Amino acid sequence: MKTLTTKLFATVGLGTALLLGGCEMPQPESTQWGYRGTGMEGLYNPDRLQDIADNNIAPASLPAVPAVGPKAKDVYENVQVLGDLSLGEFTRLMAAITEWVSPEEGCNYCHVPGESLASDTLYTKKVARVMIQMTQNANENWDAHVGGAGVTCYTCHRGKNVPEYVWNINPGHQVASGMKNQMQNVASVAAGLSSLPVDPYTPFLLDDRNGRYAGDTALRDGGGVSLKEAEWGYSLMMHFSNALGVNCTYCHNSRAFASWDESSSARVRAWHGIQMVREMNNEYVDPTTQWLPPHRLGALGDAQKVNCETCHQGAYQPLLGANMIKDYPNLARLAKAEEPMDMPAADDAMSDDDGAMEGESMNDMGAGAGQ
Amino acid sequence: MIEYQNIFTQVQVSAPDYAGVPVENTEDERTGILTHNYWAGKLGDAQIGPIYLGGLGVAALFTGTIAFVIMGMNMFASVNWDVIEFIRQLPWLALEPPGPQYGLSFPPLNDGGWWLIAGAFLTLSIMLWWWRTFALASNLGMGNQMAWAFAAAIWLYLVLGFIRPILMGSWSEAVPFGIFPHLDWTAAFSLRYGNLFYNPFHMWSIFFLYGSAVLFAMHGATILATSRYGADREIDQITDRGTGAERGALFWRWTMGFNASMESIHKWAWWFGVLTCVTGGIGILLTGTVVENWYLWGMKHGLVPSYPMIGEAVVDPLLTEGAQ
Repeated sequence: MKTLTTKLFATVGLGTALLLGGCEMPQPESTQWGYRGTGMEGLYNPDRLQDIADNNIAPASLPAVPAVGPKAKDVYENVQVLGDLSLGEFTRLMAAITEWVSPEEGCNYCHVPGESLASDTLYTKKVARVMIQMTQNANENWDAHVGGAGVTCYTCHRGKNVPEYVWNINPGHQVASGMKNQMQNVASVAAGLSSLPVDPYTPFLLDDRNGRYAGDTALRDGGGVSLKEAEWGYSLMMHFSNALGVNCTYCHNSRAFASWDESSSARVRAWHGIQMVREMNNEYVDPTTQWLPPHRLGALGDAQKVNCETCHQGAYQPLLGANMIKDYPNLARLAKAEEPMDMPAADDAMSDDDGAMEGESMNDMGAGAGQ
Repeated sequence: MIEYQNIFTQVQVSAPDYAGVPVENTEDERTGILTHNYWAGKLGDAQIGPIYLGGLGVAALFTGTIAFVIMGMNMFASVNWDVIEFIRQLPWLALEPPGPQYGLSFPPLNDGGWWLIAGAFLTLSIMLWWWRTFALASNLGMGNQMAWAFAAAIWLYLVLGFIRPILMGSWSEAVPFGIFPHLDWTAAFSLRYGNLFYNPFHMWSIFFLYGSAVLFAMHGATILATSRYGADREIDQITDRGTGAERGALFWRWTMGFNASMESIHKWAWWFGVLTCVTGGIGILLTGTVVENWYLWGMKHGLVPSYPMIGEAVVDPLLTEGAQ
């Protein structure tokens, strides 16, 4: 009887250990980034860390070329954004962009074979122009978010025509006629499969809804934000967490989520990220909608937009902080507005279809850039 | 001798069909099956049924069913009457309270109106069931401890879904009906009002909640451990020396110097259970109505320990850079 009991306890004990141990194998690695006792630490599964490392390798940079010789705008026509680059730099950047964005399609993804390289026939070329400006703007004006590593086309594209993680305005799941869609209370992919709001992107990353919902006084002072509003901000935070592969305590001290004094500096960087992404979506992505073919549009006819995951792709820093921009200084700052006398300004050019001008010796260059 | 000392009862409490003691006004209304089940006997009494429903019970079940069906149909409609989606998403679905724009007014049915109606029927059902609990105990000549303990839980329920929303001036502050949605609501509630852990009444509620679990385990273990001496069946155990019950008492006296009596342990348990809900209800009631942010309230009153920060000092970018 006693042996039986001992055996029973041993079996139950072992079984329990196996059951609980199976919850997370192998043992997570922990990194502390706040004062002891505050729980500000990250727990990482070593297996998944390896995946993240494998998925975030920056490609080798093309050999640098000197910024001397004739400028691109003097050789080619309709070079609206990169005209001040030397011919060598311009060609190198075209080659790099091809590798980053359309390695399979090559030059023909933006340029029609047989047509002049100056031609704006394809929507992809017009979008690429705006995206180059967006990249330059991020590097020049959003140091508070991208400083130290910068962004290039590859940061998001990773060899794909359209970055893997983009979003459209969510029309909501289908509800019965007469019902009002609450835009929550179904499995929310954006919010980590919780029942929180399904589309935190539109209010916070396109519109400028205020995400601060915690009370900022000890006692009630006229009442603050509705409790329902908190669920929207919470949903956005779930997206942050998923997109960066971190937990709440990467930025917050969980005892006082709202308190800036208790937060890590990563939270300030993230705050600038919200403003940056808002600007990207409104100033750069949205205006391209007019050129996009139907298969590039969302259910509500909007362009595919940027959120945290577009660049971060599961890493706390895109490409784990690899600095690619140092090798591509032409993307690091906004180009000056080109040829205001002859060419329409960039904004007008977007809606302008007369950019198809003939260029000289373009086809040779195109062949060179397609390698 | 038959002993209670396993997870499952070793004793089959089984007897011929027995309709129970005659109690005024209730005998005719005892209805339903009367059967015996071996596995029921493993857990408790082997006899199942009859049940006394009475007018109150019928009314409570009726109104409860209405509330249940309203919630279910709203969830079903929220996935466009798609049976597969309804089953697949069931834990995520909800009947959501009205938005803040409606305040305390009656909103359109499809935007919170059904929530109010379902809540009204659910509350009516719970109240009727409470009354039934009270009446049934009275009929059996029992005290009303059961009804008052149930009332403590109803207090917490009413604070969450009725009293606090009214004080806040908006039904939108109330809890949605739904499995995951009410859990997400709970987390959002704490985030919105600055961390409920700094709410002293929340602390009390957790103290009594965890304390209830500990007391329950201690009491259950004590009785099971002394049942080999028949302590579970001794009627003179409270006063007599040398009983199995006294061994249990001595165990605790020698363990921690103080022990409950056979009667008082049940008072401890009752108060722990009741106070879990009573203190929890007070804590929720104060949140948002009086206290806007429990963390800041805790700072103000020296409740929050201060930790040094590591790394650069962090300042709200809205204060340093202005909105961009």
